[in-house]
Amino acid sequence: MRIKIEPRRQVSRTLQYLTPPLSMVGTVIAAFVLFAGMGYDPGRALYDLFVAPLLTVQGLSELALKASPLVMIGVGLAAGFRANVWNIGAEGQLVMGAIAGGGVALAFYGQEGVWILPLMCLAGILGGLAWGAIPAFLKTRFEVSEILVSLMLTYVAELFLSLLVLGPWKDPEGMNFPQSRMFSDSALLPMLVEGTRMHAGILVSLAIALIAWVVMTRSIIGFEIRTVGSAPAAARYAGFSRSKVIWLTMLAGGGLAGLAGVFEVAGPIGQIIPKITPGYGFTAIIVAFLGRLHPLGILAAGVVMALSYIGADNAQVDMGLPNAATGLVQAMLLFFLLASDFLVRYRLRLVRPHPVRREEVLA
Amino acid sequence: MSVLIPRRQFLAGGAAAAAGAALGGTARAAAPLGVGFVYVGPVGDFGFSYQHDVARKAMEAALGAAVKTTFVEKVAEGPDAERVIRQLASGGNGLIYTTSFGFMNPAERVAHQFPKVKFEQCTGYKTLPNMAEYNERFYEGRVICGAIAGHVSKAGVAGYVASIPIPEVVMGIDAFTLAAQKVNPNFKTKVIWINSWFDPGKEADAAKSLIDQGADILCQHTDSPAVMQTAEERGVLAFGQASNMQKFGPKAQLTSIMDNWTPYYIERTKQVIDGTWKTGSVWLGLKDGVVEMAPYGPGVTDAAREAADKVKSGLIAGTLNAFTGPIKDQKGAVKVAADATIPDEQLQKLDWYVEGVQA
Amino acid sequence: MTLSILVPLLVSVITAATPLLLAALGELVVERAGVLNLGLEGMMLVGAICAFATMSLTGNPVLGMLAGAGAGAAMAGLFGVLVLTLASNQVATGLALTLFGIGLSALIGTGFVGHPIPVLPKLAVPGLSGLPVVGPLLFSHDALVYFSIAATAGVGWFLKHSRAGLILRGVGEADSSAHSIGHDVIRIRYCAVLFGGAMAGLGGAYLSLAYTPMWVEGMTAGRGWIALALVVFAAWRPWRALAGAYLFGGVAVLQLYLQGSGLVVVPTQVLAMLPYIATILVLTLISSGSMRSRLSAPACLGKPFRPVG
Repeated sequence: MRIKIEPRRQVSRTLQYLTPPLSMVGTVIAAFVLFAGMGYDPGRALYDLFVAPLLTVQGLSELALKASPLVMIGVGLAAGFRANVWNIGAEGQLVMGAIAGGGVALAFYGQEGVWILPLMCLAGILGGLAWGAIPAFLKTRFEVSEILVSLMLTYVAELFLSLLVLGPWKDPEGMNFPQSRMFSDSALLPMLVEGTRMHAGILVSLAIALIAWVVMTRSIIGFEIRTVGSAPAAARYAGFSRSKVIWLTMLAGGGLAGLAGVFEVAGPIGQIIPKITPGYGFTAIIVAFLGRLHPLGILAAGVVMALSYIGADNAQVDMGLPNAATGLVQAMLLFFLLASDFLVRYRLRLVRPHPVRREEVLA
Repeated sequence: MSVLIPRRQFLAGGAAAAAGAALGGTARAAAPLGVGFVYVGPVGDFGFSYQHDVARKAMEAALGAAVKTTFVEKVAEGPDAERVIRQLASGGNGLIYTTSFGFMNPAERVAHQFPKVKFEQCTGYKTLPNMAEYNERFYEGRVICGAIAGHVSKAGVAGYVASIPIPEVVMGIDAFTLAAQKVNPNFKTKVIWINSWFDPGKEADAAKSLIDQGADILCQHTDSPAVMQTAEERGVLAFGQASNMQKFGPKAQLTSIMDNWTPYYIERTKQVIDGTWKTGSVWLGLKDGVVEMAPYGPGVTDAAREAADKVKSGLIAGTLNAFTGPIKDQKGAVKVAADATIPDEQLQKLDWYVEGVQA
Repeated sequence: MTLSILVPLLVSVITAATPLLLAALGELVVERAGVLNLGLEGMMLVGAICAFATMSLTGNPVLGMLAGAGAGAAMAGLFGVLVLTLASNQVATGLALTLFGIGLSALIGTGFVGHPIPVLPKLAVPGLSGLPVVGPLLFSHDALVYFSIAATAGVGWFLKHSRAGLILRGVGEADSSAHSIGHDVIRIRYCAVLFGGAMAGLGGAYLSLAYTPMWVEGMTAGRGWIALALVVFAAWRPWRALAGAYLFGGVAVLQLYLQGSGLVVVPTQVLAMLPYIATILVLTLISSGSMRSRLSAPACLGKPFRPVG
């Protein structure tokens, strides 16, 4: 007799809903040991990390604010990941979107008009789109890896932003510090709840997740994307164009990242600064996979990820828990969540030895 | 112990009463003044954030039970900063130090919402009745470095590893070069920008390239000791930054410009406790003890030492102004007439280089 | 440019390229076995602090390097348990590993900020190191530089000529076929992942022992990501990884020299973009040329595998 691991014929629904809470339990236990070992009150630390931010309107609004770009970018990236298109440069696409959208805001500085904000959003989408189009072009035309190109372009985008805020876009009244003017009111997103920082862009993110869900599950193009990724041979046989899917998913990823960039500068930031994102483009990759590349899963994963960041700062403010320790807990939470997938897809059984059988399990 | 405990209780009680007064009576009785610090880097950066944290600890040690400090490190300049600052303000802190330029606008927004909490913004230009601004005259240290460099550099060429061209960095380069040219009129400063505050490897590479291109003395306006280390390895001289880097360059270090925020933090925190805190904008230098120079290294000659000491006492006494004309820009045009000086408000937004700077 | 500048410039390039090369070589083997580990940055950081701490406490550079490699391998072991044994998603797990490494290295490093250690000794070759030009260029480096070149040759030989290398590649190209003819896919992948971790750890150790002998939080400053891109640049071949590392390191150092020369009057940010743009351009040129057909990634890259039975 020995333990045998075998794939389930059908993914276990029960476990699918049960594993996230189980992962939380695992994280709590591991974090408890870590914090206690470091000499911090583990109960209070865990409360600060995972509970306190959920108890106030302010906390919940901050959660939405932080989750919004992660969800929007994650949804865009997931379409690509499903088709095996590895766009890891959403960070740069976000920056280019913020530059393009913010550029519109600065160009019409001091002017009022309801058309400014939509124009900024359009410019932002185009900015992100353009930055996503470069790897798409090089991939489809020359077979150059989109992993390399999209990553390298992220650094280029950041340097370009630095060039602008230190040069032509510097606030003329800003004592030569590297940041732009504060945007006019017409270039700022309307607020949803008075006294919080929840802006209209959060609703857009939510809508995008829902639209993506419908598109990916109900439309022909969603089917094409999924087929090119999971069964390239079948896709070829069916006449689906790989190039088209690469273009589509790179542009979708870039455009949504660009829009997220506009929402950052037109939302909580309100101007162009040298560092627009604390790594949202990279974090969104984790969010996409944590959400199993499913738009609704990504929504949930975005909130979990945002909570872990906000909770980390909260624990630092409340009890001086070092950033390094909360970073470890965040990583452990991810490890547990990712590993728990195993229980959903496989089961352990005690069996007698029998002839070797093999089966490959697709992602 | 029997002596200590009542004393501590006494201190805490007195402080709480004062803190209560400072907060307009909103603070809970018997609570020490909560003081929050927001850092842009990790406290382990051994640079800017590290020095602020050293001062936080020193301030806490000096004021004892009258204060309770909290710090938040690695806070991204942007939406995260505003959230963290607001959380510190709503979490019962009566005074919050925000220690990076990028925190200015977030701090201003929060300051409007929490009129009873005092804010201290390090570098910037905005103040409110409850938000003061403070900065350090780093450039005064550069003047002393320049005087030494003019004396000890045989090549008459300094290499300057710089981060990002903001006014503070630009004025440091200019002050250094002008001071060196007082000794050696042909003195040149070659600048390499690494476009980052923090990348030790790149700082080292920049330092090497400056040495290879003729610099025999190095200056840095970046955080890590990589430049000092490279100078030591290559046998040239160097000036440190932010902290005393003598351990990384026992032979190379001539001196180091050290940030010492402790006196300011103690003074301002006490003022909040006493209820005498007022907003303002200060630019502190050598005479305030906020800019400090590390002990001279073995490479400082007698002549250089004499010149450096003279410059230092001149700056402290106010008889020497680092930016006294005639000053020409890179193209040779006179920007500051003879005997004129650059007023502080002009200096704070300096964006041009003096003759002899190659940047 | 005179020889007196060219020679030290090239020496700087070697220094800049070595950590990238070490990490990229490891990742290359991992990816050839069909596993994608995006946690390079995290493994390098933990390698850097463990090497530094060991060197600082024992004063022994060999122990320091071993500690760096061991720490990187331990991180990779954790990654292996998750993605190989538990078949978790490789991309997300790798990114989480980076978060983990950033936190862990900061935690370990708390007591080591601001401590100097002696630089990794240069191993001079008697008679050759003193030669002009070739002496400083080829015969005056520390052990890790020589090791990185030897490892390139070693990995190249291993993948191309050894039986184990053939099996490893087979596992990366067709895991179920390799399994069906009796190879233990998971075990082979574990070996590859651990090797990759050890190499990333050495890359980190090079930073904290030789490049800039110090510990500061986050001192890798994104080099793990560059190494990752270089594996793609190299089309999963070791000598091209070396070429890529030297190209990237070379342009990165060259732009600093250009700034220092004062001859170039474009904004410094544009100069700083050069290494990234050059890498894209060179890869595009290569890809559009004759080697195009040989560029494809290992077929099973990033796909989880669980044997049954």
